[in-house]
Amino acid sequence: MFTKPIHTKILYLVILIAAVLLPFYIPDRYMFQIVIMSFLLAIATVSMNLIIGYTGQASLAHGAFFGIGAYGVAIMTKAGISFWLALPLSAVITAFAGLLIGALSLRTRGHYFAIVTLCFGVILWIVAGNWIELTGGHNGIYGIPRPSPITIPLLGEITFNTQTAQFYLALAFLLLTLFVLHRVVYSVLGLTFMAVRNNEALADAVGVNTFATKLLSFVVSTFIAGMAGGIYVSIIGVVGPSDASYMVTFNLLIFLILGGIATLAGAVIGAFAIPFLMEIMQFLGDFRMLIFGLLLVVVIIYFPQGFVGGLRLLNQKIAARRQSKL
Amino acid sequence: MELFLQQVFNGIMFGSTYAIVALGLTLVMGILNIPNFAHGHLYMLGGYVTFFFINNIGLGYWPALLLSVIVLGLVGMAMERIVYRPLKDAPHINAFIAAIGALLFLESLALVVWGPQGLRINNPYPQIYNVMGITIGLQRLLVIIGTAILILMLHLFLKKTLMGTTIEAVAQNREGAMLNGINVNRVSGITFFISSATAAVAASFLSPIFMLSPAMGAILGMKAFIIVILGGMGSIPGAILGGYILGLIEALGGGYISAEYKDVFAFGALIIILSIKPTGIFGKKEG
Amino acid sequence: MLSIQNLTKHFSGLVAVQDLSFDVTQGQILAIIGPNGAGKSTAFNLITGTLPPSAGKVLIDNQDITGMKPYRIVTKGVSRTFQTTSLFDQLRVIDNLMIGYKWRTRLGFWNTLLHTPKWKAYNTEALTRAMETLKFLGLAEKAEQFIPTLSQEEQKRLAIGIGIVSKPRLLLLDEPTSGLIQEETDRITQLIHRIRDEQGITVIIIEHKMQMIMGLADRIVVLNYGSKIAEGTPDEIKTNQAVIEAYLGGETNA
Repeated sequence: MFTKPIHTKILYLVILIAAVLLPFYIPDRYMFQIVIMSFLLAIATVSMNLIIGYTGQASLAHGAFFGIGAYGVAIMTKAGISFWLALPLSAVITAFAGLLIGALSLRTRGHYFAIVTLCFGVILWIVAGNWIELTGGHNGIYGIPRPSPITIPLLGEITFNTQTAQFYLALAFLLLTLFVLHRVVYSVLGLTFMAVRNNEALADAVGVNTFATKLLSFVVSTFIAGMAGGIYVSIIGVVGPSDASYMVTFNLLIFLILGGIATLAGAVIGAFAIPFLMEIMQFLGDFRMLIFGLLLVVVIIYFPQGFVGGLRLLNQKIAARRQSKL
Repeated sequence: MELFLQQVFNGIMFGSTYAIVALGLTLVMGILNIPNFAHGHLYMLGGYVTFFFINNIGLGYWPALLLSVIVLGLVGMAMERIVYRPLKDAPHINAFIAAIGALLFLESLALVVWGPQGLRINNPYPQIYNVMGITIGLQRLLVIIGTAILILMLHLFLKKTLMGTTIEAVAQNREGAMLNGINVNRVSGITFFISSATAAVAASFLSPIFMLSPAMGAILGMKAFIIVILGGMGSIPGAILGGYILGLIEALGGGYISAEYKDVFAFGALIIILSIKPTGIFGKKEG
Repeated sequence: MLSIQNLTKHFSGLVAVQDLSFDVTQGQILAIIGPNGAGKSTAFNLITGTLPPSAGKVLIDNQDITGMKPYRIVTKGVSRTFQTTSLFDQLRVIDNLMIGYKWRTRLGFWNTLLHTPKWKAYNTEALTRAMETLKFLGLAEKAEQFIPTLSQEEQKRLAIGIGIVSKPRLLLLDEPTSGLIQEETDRITQLIHRIRDEQGITVIIIEHKMQMIMGLADRIVVLNYGSKIAEGTPDEIKTNQAVIEAYLGGETNA
């Protein structure tokens, strides 16, 4: 019912193989780090896509949930709990926060919902910066340990101190996330999310519990965001209030919109393309953000469908051309 | 008792700033239905431009303020024309993204031109009075009185002048106004002018007391947003009342409960109020 | 089967529906007619829970469903369409019907994620029913098309289809032929007949087109200014004095 054309599947396979082989031909440590970060940002962006792109609810609190996951893992692993237990626990805690915040905010709609979630996000950020006993206040937490080694029968022990190991860890979680979201989106459940986005009154009239649907989407998205934050913090080693700030939300939003909203590929592409763009623009020095701001305005006005959206439009135009030539 | 009165005084001072900034924002949001998320950064730019005219050009405080008002007004008009007008039929999230682009631009502009360190405009009215045990700085008093006068002027403009009533008409019914031959684009431009010009005044009033920094507009902008949403988009009494109330809540809460979590009051208040009445205090039901 | 008792709705001073009562028996086609603003759509909204009534009761098979939320009323077998064609226009034709059928199962996140056998069975069931409905509507070839490619009449048929895909017992149609030409109206009328005859669904229809109603309805309820002014068979209504007076100056075109 939802099958993609064969050439798209082949493209994905090629990209996957290239990704798996990436550590063997990446030029330097710095680039490597950016790629790893992009994977984690992609996970967070993809999760944001679920609530904003597919369910149509403009949540601006997402960065804060990334932060909760990050702080959760930081605090727990520094207290001696293994990463492999801390990560799922932290994600569950984040989802629980998502449940509470979602239940409160989803009583509002549109602009109001966006502002309420933004407020929750800012409050969490302020708390992160001031609750010194728990979060270390403005200084944050440092010295967070890498994920503890895991033993796989026959393969021996895998440690996560090298970039290569971290790379595959991030890639594995990204693929897992994409798999989960693919299943969710390409199903009647996914259709239900999109129905709520498209015509909430009609969805209500055909028996969809729109509040529960929105809440489910919200909670799932926060779980994944928390998970992304948890992995991020274990690789980077430090966490601070800026990792829970509204700027994180804005960055994810930019990745999402410019990559192509409501498309799984778009979220991933955005999470890679924009950080890379930022790196390329490093030579601009202080003018970097200046140009980026301008660029953002120009792109959103003239290319609002984002990269993947633009590709799809192109595809449609080609198909239409072919049809008219027949 | 003195602590209380002192906090009340400070609260009214901050409240004045919030009121005028929220007022400018509510005009824009009521008319264009576009969340100008960059409003706080226009405020910030206003402060810096005044600084520029005083420190680099050597003008006095009031001439610098006046010029800053004009410059910011023009910047606001430019923003409406370049950033928001092309997006008026697009989904709102696009305008939001554009606003983010604009604010990133403005913040880095300030950073590039003036640097990250805090700057201060020399206080033109440094005198301090002691009345009933409260410390009243003259500049702070100026903020309160000056803002009140500005609000009054705006009120007269909106109610008594042709352009003013036209703006209110467009805010209430854009299509109807268009059908009546009103040039909605021109009205939008002028509204943005007023919106950013008043923000510049507020910033110039406050900057001799508190330092200028590129990030000073961000949180203020968000709070202005909250006030506008709670007070009702396009509702001027809502913006003014909301501004003063927020100033007081913050000053009293910050003084008596916790200074670090002062900002939380604004954001917390919004959540509580919207939980009870999901369309704001004065707001109309959507759709 | 459906019993409306003393249904009333106030809107801050304005009375939209006043003390409305009527019954619908299973297998009937009942029409609600009346001049514009008579409160017909409001009555629908009161039955389906979109608006809570100020007073009165709605009963299905003696079960009180007054004021129940719309998404729960659907589970009692009551379906409706809207005056302005309401579809999920960002999705495809088949998707619209799949969503319409969704409430019949309560499969959620975990079943979807793990593709459990229950989930697979449900999917097949939904798809089968959706295709069956599309065939019934005459839209089977357009299953994978997006809504904008459909004509107005096809869109209206699809909207009705969303109403019947979940096998409701009662279908409320709100002006299903507005804006259609005579030929198209006739086709929709036929469809409604078949909905009652072949699918066994009871129908309540709001319409302005008199000829269509006279040929379609078993019973007619006439509203004016929120109150019922007449009820009976088409022949009785045609000659009812109060009805004729209400329509003088109102609409009587076919």
